[in-house]
Amino acid sequence: MDAIVENPEAAANSSGSEKITKVAVMALGGQGGGVLAGWIEQCARRHGYAVQATSVAGVAQRTGATFYYLEMARSSGSEPVFSLMPSAGDVDIVIAAELMEAGRAVMRGFVTPDRTTLIASTHRSLAVSEKIAPGDGRADAGEVLASMEIASRRLITGDMESIAAECGTVISASLFGALAGSRALPFSREAFESAVQDSGGRRAEASLAAFSAGYQAASAELAEASRNAGAAVPGALPAPKGRGSLLAGWRELESRVSELPEPARDIALRGLRKVVEFQDLRYGGEYLDKVALAADSDREEFGFELTREAAKHIANAMAYDDAIRVADLKTRKSRFARIREESGAGATDVVRVTEFMHPRAEEICAMLPANLGRSVERRAGAMRALDRLFNRSRRLRSDSVSAFLKLYVVGGLKWYRRFTLRHSVESDHLEKWLAAALNYSKGDYRLGVETLRARRLVKGYSDTHSRGQSKFAKIMGGIELVADRDDAAKWARMLREAALKDPDGTELDSALATIRTFAGEVETGETGSNR
Amino acid sequence: MAERSFAREVQKLRLGDGEIFEGEGILAITKALLECGVGYVGGYQGAPISHLMDVLSDAEDILGELGVRFEANASEAAAAAMLAASVHYPIRGAVTFKGAVGVNVASDALANLTSAGVSGGALIIVGEDYGEGSSIMQERTHPFAMKSQFWLLDPRPNLPSIVASVERGFELSEASGTPVMMMVRIRTCHVTGTFKTRRNKRPPLSVREALANPRREYSRVVLPPMTYAQEQDKIRTRWPAAERFILENKLNEFFGPEDSRIGIVLQGGMYNGVVRALQRLGLADMAGESKVSLYVLNVTYPLLSEEWIRFASGKTAVLVVEEGQPEFIEQALASMLYKENCATSLHGKDYFPMAGEYTGQVMLDAVAGFIRSAAPEMLSDRQRAPNMADDRPPVPDLSKVVPIRPPGFCTGCPERPIFAALKLVENELGSHQISGDIGCHLFAALPPFEIGGTTMGYGLGPASNAAFDGGGEKRSIAILGDGGFWHNGLSSSIGNAVFNKSDSVILIVDNFYSAATGGQDIPSSRAGNASKSTNHSIAQAVKGVGVEWVREIDHTYDVGRMRDILKEALTTDYAGPKVVVASSECMLNRERREKPKREAAIKNGARVEKPRFGVDEDICTGDHACIRLSGCPSLSLKKLADPLRDDPVASIDRFCVGCGNCGEVADAAVLCPSFYRTDVVCNPSGYEVFLSGIRQALIRKLQDFRARRRLDFGRA
Repeated sequence: MDAIVENPEAAANSSGSEKITKVAVMALGGQGGGVLAGWIEQCARRHGYAVQATSVAGVAQRTGATFYYLEMARSSGSEPVFSLMPSAGDVDIVIAAELMEAGRAVMRGFVTPDRTTLIASTHRSLAVSEKIAPGDGRADAGEVLASMEIASRRLITGDMESIAAECGTVISASLFGALAGSRALPFSREAFESAVQDSGGRRAEASLAAFSAGYQAASAELAEASRNAGAAVPGALPAPKGRGSLLAGWRELESRVSELPEPARDIALRGLRKVVEFQDLRYGGEYLDKVALAADSDREEFGFELTREAAKHIANAMAYDDAIRVADLKTRKSRFARIREESGAGATDVVRVTEFMHPRAEEICAMLPANLGRSVERRAGAMRALDRLFNRSRRLRSDSVSAFLKLYVVGGLKWYRRFTLRHSVESDHLEKWLAAALNYSKGDYRLGVETLRARRLVKGYSDTHSRGQSKFAKIMGGIELVADRDDAAKWARMLREAALKDPDGTELDSALATIRTFAGEVETGETGSNR
Repeated sequence: MAERSFAREVQKLRLGDGEIFEGEGILAITKALLECGVGYVGGYQGAPISHLMDVLSDAEDILGELGVRFEANASEAAAAAMLAASVHYPIRGAVTFKGAVGVNVASDALANLTSAGVSGGALIIVGEDYGEGSSIMQERTHPFAMKSQFWLLDPRPNLPSIVASVERGFELSEASGTPVMMMVRIRTCHVTGTFKTRRNKRPPLSVREALANPRREYSRVVLPPMTYAQEQDKIRTRWPAAERFILENKLNEFFGPEDSRIGIVLQGGMYNGVVRALQRLGLADMAGESKVSLYVLNVTYPLLSEEWIRFASGKTAVLVVEEGQPEFIEQALASMLYKENCATSLHGKDYFPMAGEYTGQVMLDAVAGFIRSAAPEMLSDRQRAPNMADDRPPVPDLSKVVPIRPPGFCTGCPERPIFAALKLVENELGSHQISGDIGCHLFAALPPFEIGGTTMGYGLGPASNAAFDGGGEKRSIAILGDGGFWHNGLSSSIGNAVFNKSDSVILIVDNFYSAATGGQDIPSSRAGNASKSTNHSIAQAVKGVGVEWVREIDHTYDVGRMRDILKEALTTDYAGPKVVVASSECMLNRERREKPKREAAIKNGARVEKPRFGVDEDICTGDHACIRLSGCPSLSLKKLADPLRDDPVASIDRFCVGCGNCGEVADAAVLCPSFYRTDVVCNPSGYEVFLSGIRQALIRKLQDFRARRRLDFGRA
């Protein structure tokens, strides 16, 4: 169908009166979109405007996208005919209560450069599809923000959710403030505020505070600052504190980090802290030995990517998630302080903390001395007995002394960690993987890097961990199949990405199947040419 | 208690003569009913008319004062059947439900009602659940009117028109002895506006008075031979009477110049959309004064040949604006033109899409397309032959970036742990044939649970598994909500399973309300309700119809127990129907009631525990297995600033209500030790403070002891 060009001048001429202002509100269930629409309506009515509001609220559920739409015009005798739904290219103000909903408004054509003021909260409320991927399935916020910039006449952004949270209310209030602050509607600030006041209720005070903060955010055009607030920026590393002897040992390790290629130093320092925190200074030394192996075979022309990836993934591999680490982290003072702060408890309130633990025979066995553990593991009967003894839900009230002590004792077993079956298994696993990666890197630098990155698959606990391990093993197998090809690194990357997409490894399996077919094809092709 | 309270708004129903009503469409409809002297009202909730039921329910006192009986009917069929009161008695009655599904359910009663005919005005208000925001399959209510010959109103979507339509509807019903259906679309139900009110009228004959003086008319009994006479009566008497009334009272409206070369005929509900398209083309002003003749069908069935031919003759082309399919109106109008030998060319679905909502863009494209070919001189040069001059940078295509956001279970929903348990059972026993029903639990069909593949109708979940009732290597599972159970499920699904010795598993999800429609009370609701009888046990009802194997769980958040019971149902030797009743209160309704109470209690110094969950970032490895068993809006992801961590970790937001699902699932599925629950005890007792002080002191000592022996890296 041909593009339709409307004729606003003609419309204005034929009516001889002022135009209709069109406002769309895109929200999620539970964000108070209806309240916001109601406030706008009241505000306009009080200014003698004819107003019509309507909504597509969907059903009662809290999570789906909701939609509110208002039209208003200065009353001039005859009642205006308002539309009940917005049209693409015909909306003056779009208010989006979440970043992707702003993207949806752009996608539906409600935001156009000739007229639309887009007021959007930049916070994210992730959709289920974004959350369930085993990797990072989040939508690209940058792309949406860029589109919002292109599509709108005026863009006002800010983390309206945080503003509302700070005032102890919901986002409708801060967005209403931003609408007032944008001056996109010809109403005074007082008129906006009295609409909030009149809706009354216990929440009016908090709503007004959020309104005011939203107003300032919009009028001060804090857009730039708050736009970047969502992205996590690595913080500077504070200097460690502790006894003199420990600090001296640390400084020695630190000086070894500065021997590494410059681009890898920051990540190696972070890795070093992680492994030292996990175990001790000696373990840190071992970490640096391993990273140095990668550095030795690294090349500057690739920006020392091999060393950087090695520093990252070796640290994660060495600081594996065993019971000792979990118990140690759960009993730290800083954690207790953080929990208390997050709980929002007042000074006189008591905070109780319950941990959800569920060890299985496998986890218990992993904590046994390596040789004993291996022999138990081999005997099904022994494993069953262990399972009967330990496999049950354990809810620990870690704020009580007895439960705390249990965790505290386990968390203090670092001296014993090196003797455990788990340590032995993890060390072997690490050695093999690192050796393979460094070996590949000699012939194909990029493949070496991708092999290091495959380690990202190993994560989680119990079944999840086993699944990750098996995916990792599959990828290593796949890499072996393609190692001789020029595009081996590309395939290794594709395998990793496939594995991170779904939990059951369906995509990974089909990617592997593809690899096997052409790995086979190559062979038959060669035999063909020999013939 | 329904999700939304209209207690404040219903006071507007008391407005008297000449006052100005300001508010929503559904409230205006209620006011109109009272102004018309309605004698009884009822209905069954469902979007988009759920709020109409809520308004009626909240207005019960006002209705009572006027002697109006309100019934929250058990189903749409029950609601339509209630209109039987208007068959023999000259009492005005109105019921409401959603279309097309509610009309499907009601169609048996509607057909009988229409055959018998009515002596009092009978009005059915149907919320047409079509287009954006709809929750059902996309169909029209229109053909129900055609097949039973009752009349269908489709008023222009503004408050004065809707209010007038209610009154005219009653009059039309009485003038033609036929029930009348008034259709309102999704946005119309929620549209706001104003109208001038009139004083409420007591019904001239109340249902109480009628009860004291019973009447019956033999000719209205729907049995042969009367049914044959009734069919003839419909065609020979009632239909012409309706046509006469519609014509004489000008129910349909004309706008714009009479001598326009072209015209548009439209359903009343399409009026604002058509005017908007004309406004954008410069062919109408703000007040809707149009340069194109408009014939607005506020009555879409029956169509009046006389009126239509008068409009069409003298015009070269007419466009029919009729949303949805098939295009019944366009076909009928075409047939009338043909029979009258009228040369006007008729358009409609050649410019409009056959299927789907008439959105702003669709309307603009179709109306402009029609005018461009039928009367190009009405358009400006640019509109006739638009240049593609557009030097703006194109907006990138976001359709691959922006995720879809279907509705799902709310934060703290008691149904989430049920489906987490079912998923764990399937992990163990393999996948099963699972059928769903209507209600919140249907969201389990979406990710992350992806449980259940069919929905055959309200209360029909277990019935839709009947082919598998004989059992086999595995058993079929059917899910049924408490709303569906009382609507139709008890007989059609449970009774059916008992009678057929079904070797199947039926899971009844009992959340204490008709939750998906907004939390209305049903027989098994636990709340006290002054005018309704609640607290009727589902398990007792199930046993009453003959189910022997019944298991009840009254705390669905116990995922382990839920899983074990489901497993037992799937593996037991018992061969008959196995019913699991899983009950926990809808969290949305619970929080709405409890949160203000809790806050007041804290303020008053009472001891209150506030639970919520948290995740230890350092322990979470970012696998998201917990989310795949939850999908809770409050359980989301957070990207850490640590460059060593590639994947975002789980994180719980401030709206967490501490329902317990996270901990239970982490435990039952043996996921990870990252979750913890905090219980903040507000206004603790002196003993608690003392004990906590000692504990904290001891723990701090131990922590300090260990901290001194290691490096403290702080938090990066």
